[in-house]
Amino acid sequence: MVDISAQPGTSFRLSMLLYDRRYRSMTIQVIVFILVMAAGWWLVDNTIRNLQALGKDFNFGFLFQRAGYDIPSPPIPYNSDDTHLRAAIVGLLNTVIVSFLGCIAATILGIAVGVARLSNNWLFARLMTVYVEMFRNIPLLLWILIVYAIFTEVLPPPNAYRGENPAASMILFDNVALTNRYTAIPTLGLTNDPGHLDLGYRITVDWATIAFAVVLIGGWFIRKAVLNWAQRVQDATGDRPVTWWINLGIMLVPSLLLIWYFGLHLIPPELKGFNFVGGLNVQNGFVALWLALTLYTGAFIAEIVRGGILAVSKGQTEAAYALGLRPNKTMKLVILPQALRVIIPPLISQYLNLTKNSSLAIAVGYMDLRGTLGGTTLNQTGRELEAILLMMLIYLALSLLISGGMNIYNSRVKLKER
Amino acid sequence: MKKSVFLGSVAALAAVTGGAAMAAEGDTLKAVKDRGELICGVNTGLVGFAAPDASGNWTGFDVAVCKAVAAAVLGDPNKVKYVPTTGQTRFTALSSGEVDVLARNSTWTYSRDTDLKLDFIGVNYYDGQGFMVRKDLGVTSAKELDGATICIQTGTTTELNLADYFKANNMSYQPVNIDSNAEGEQQYMAGACDAYTTDASGLAATRAAFADPENHIILPEIISKEPLGPAVRHGDNNWGDIVRWTLNALIAAEEYGVTSTNIEELATNSENPEVQRLLGASDELGAMMGLDKDWAKRAILASGNYGEIFAKTIGEETPIGLARGLNAQWTQGGLLYAPPFR
Repeated sequence: MVDISAQPGTSFRLSMLLYDRRYRSMTIQVIVFILVMAAGWWLVDNTIRNLQALGKDFNFGFLFQRAGYDIPSPPIPYNSDDTHLRAAIVGLLNTVIVSFLGCIAATILGIAVGVARLSNNWLFARLMTVYVEMFRNIPLLLWILIVYAIFTEVLPPPNAYRGENPAASMILFDNVALTNRYTAIPTLGLTNDPGHLDLGYRITVDWATIAFAVVLIGGWFIRKAVLNWAQRVQDATGDRPVTWWINLGIMLVPSLLLIWYFGLHLIPPELKGFNFVGGLNVQNGFVALWLALTLYTGAFIAEIVRGGILAVSKGQTEAAYALGLRPNKTMKLVILPQALRVIIPPLISQYLNLTKNSSLAIAVGYMDLRGTLGGTTLNQTGRELEAILLMMLIYLALSLLISGGMNIYNSRVKLKER
Repeated sequence: MKKSVFLGSVAALAAVTGGAAMAAEGDTLKAVKDRGELICGVNTGLVGFAAPDASGNWTGFDVAVCKAVAAAVLGDPNKVKYVPTTGQTRFTALSSGEVDVLARNSTWTYSRDTDLKLDFIGVNYYDGQGFMVRKDLGVTSAKELDGATICIQTGTTTELNLADYFKANNMSYQPVNIDSNAEGEQQYMAGACDAYTTDASGLAATRAAFADPENHIILPEIISKEPLGPAVRHGDNNWGDIVRWTLNALIAAEEYGVTSTNIEELATNSENPEVQRLLGASDELGAMMGLDKDWAKRAILASGNYGEIFAKTIGEETPIGLARGLNAQWTQGGLLYAPPFR
């Protein structure tokens, strides 16, 4: 702009849009913008006209119709009389459950393997390398299928537990039965049941669960206060009071009291009719999906952790040793806090990957969001466009939530520059 | 600059995908003739109904419908491209224009006909949903299946019938959702489910493929009506007519005793005016839907009349061993009843 006024006599010509460097980039941007908008408009217009040609409309009314199909082991009460919306929510919860458990397990596994790969133990480090390369380089779907196939083909059917001389027997003091359909584990029973809190929409929470949660969370805060007090005493007097028994007592005693008060006990599963009842039947589809997601993503996280640790210069370790810190203290106090800065951002991507990869659940019949909203509901109602768009929106929101939460954590551990 | 190249390619990609969607509309008959090939959606593999044989050629009861349509329209029963579809993908494949006709043991229901914008052009097999269990389970009735684990193909009417049946009888069950018949077979054989439920014909076909069919029984209860028929897209009525009357021609041919062996003879010297019209010896019926006068003759010649197809693919002489039952001609006490050709 300044240049133009500096050259009196040369007025603006149309060809300058193309040949004048001052305008050219603007011209290209405008043209591309128009093209993109045109393409977007054309896609939408094409969709509308094709839907019209097929005589289909675009509405989400189907979500409030009766679903009519059943879902195995729904996390919230659900039956075939509920709406497609509730089926979709059941699917979403299943997605969240498997993703959440997968992220936790993959993180623990990844950190352990990542550190182990740097171990001085030659065999151990090489074994971890084999694990990482095996899982990183074979498609996830194959891992899911092979884990599921192993469960289905190797484990005995519930029938094998029947009779005088059963072919299979329960493990862990007759508490757990591994079958080719599910793992039957005991549930917790209360002899003195205080009932439950009704949250509406047939969702309930046991008062006992709430009581335990309050005790544990409260205990956690009291423990923190005790540690602060110990720190203050140490700062003032130089002697640190012994706190471990206080902390243990704060966490343990109220919990034990609650267990005694409610009469908490295990209800082992027992074979009745065709299947194990009484306990909790964890579907093999879920276990296979969770295990495969964990092992697969864990391999990637291991590499991220290893890279993060290697990014901290060796001088830091040597300095810590010179100060007399032992190796595990060095790792905990010096290396990891610095490595985390490098680890967290790629770790977020892995969490997002795991969550999105959980949609492979369809391969093992685990009814996640893809299985309910994007599978049976889509197929029974024929609302492909609506179901897929809604599903994309939900996955997008879920991913943004995860990365938003992780970014908050990231900003807490990243290098504070003053 | 990097960005604009990227955006440019996005626009190009959008143009390509949009273009493919446009092909869904329009005149299916013309599209098939121009292509010189009928695209037929079939099952991913259900012996007797639609499955590739040892040399990779598709054969079966549903496949015969595809062949008859191809013979009527293109003059050659082999000019068919078979697209295997699962319970989940079949209707999308049809409404998106990926296939011209869907002959995949699909149940004719109200909402599929109206809301899904499909047109079921008739019924080629009257079926009902049943249960198969292992003999050593000791179950003799579906009413004894309370608490059982049941394998069920997801996205099917059977899935909904199952939920209704167990609810109506106040029983509980654990569904194991599977995607195809092959997967269901595998899960059932491994004992991952106590019972496998689908159309009774499908159960018979599945059992026939077992190594030990005698160890499995199909329970007597038939819990639903499953009229299986070919479907086309809603809106192209002429194409619907062609598929509908091809099927009717196969059924009428059996009624009038026209078989693949005597058809040439009957075409020239049949006394029956209905047969003369059907085989194009008199009136020009084919022209009324844009075909020539020999269309029905070619359709019947493709794999025989309805009875011949039935006997060859799923009848009592085959390992599947289905009786005609409801699928006999109306003159034999069945439900097959082709409207008159005039």
